[in-house]
Amino acid sequence: MARSLKKGPYVAYKLQKKVDVLNQSSKKTVIKTWSRRSLITPEFVGHTFAVHNGNKFIPVYVTENMVGHKLGEFAPTRSFRGHSSKKK
Amino acid sequence: MARIAGIDLPRNKRGPFALQYIYGIGRTKAYELLENAQVDINKKVNDWSDEDITNIRAVIADMKVEGQLRSEVQMDIKRLMDIACYRGLRHRKGLPVRGQNTQTNARTRKGKRKTVAGKKKAPKK
Repeated sequence: MARSLKKGPYVAYKLQKKVDVLNQSSKKTVIKTWSRRSLITPEFVGHTFAVHNGNKFIPVYVTENMVGHKLGEFAPTRSFRGHSSKKK
Repeated sequence: MARIAGIDLPRNKRGPFALQYIYGIGRTKAYELLENAQVDINKKVNDWSDEDITNIRAVIADMKVEGQLRSEVQMDIKRLMDIACYRGLRHRKGLPVRGQNTQTNARTRKGKRKTVAGKKKAPKK
C-alpha cells in the first residue's frame, strides 16, 4: 500500500542533513548510508550514495529517472548466480 | 463496417462490448466513451450511423489506445530496466515483479517448464 500523502515523503533525517550540506557547499562526495527505506528526492540527483545491502555498500549514482524510488531498490540484497552445475 | 483506432469491431455486438476489443478500453471507458459521443448504448455496431462513428472517432482521438498505449507501457518498463532498480532487474530476468513466490508456480512470467537433467526427485518417505 502506498504511503499516506499527508505525511509526505520519508527521508531519514541524518541523510537529509548530509545531502543539504553537500548541496550548500556544492561538493560531491559519496554518502554512506544504511537507510535503504529513504525516498529519493529531487535534491539527491547527481550525488552518489553508498547503499548498504546487508553485506557491503553498493555505489548508486542517482539520476533524474530514479526520483520517487527508494534507495534500497538499487542495492540488491540477494545474489543468485545460477544453479550449480552437475559435478563430474 | 466499423473500423476504429485501426481495429475492426465485431458487428453483431452492442456498442460497449464491441469497443472493448480495442486495447486500452475496458468496461468503464467504453460506457464513458459512448456517453461522450452521444451514441445510444443499446445500439449494435451494425446500426451505428456514419455520424455515430465519426463522433466515436473524435472522442477516441483524445484517448491513449492501441499502439500509443502499448508503446507507453513499454517505455515505462524500459525506464525501470535502465535505472537498474529491483523491479527493472526482475523485468530483465523475466521473473515476477511484485514479490510473488517463485519456488513453484510463476509460470506466466517464467514460461514453460525447463526440465533440468539429473535432478533427483525428493525421496519417498
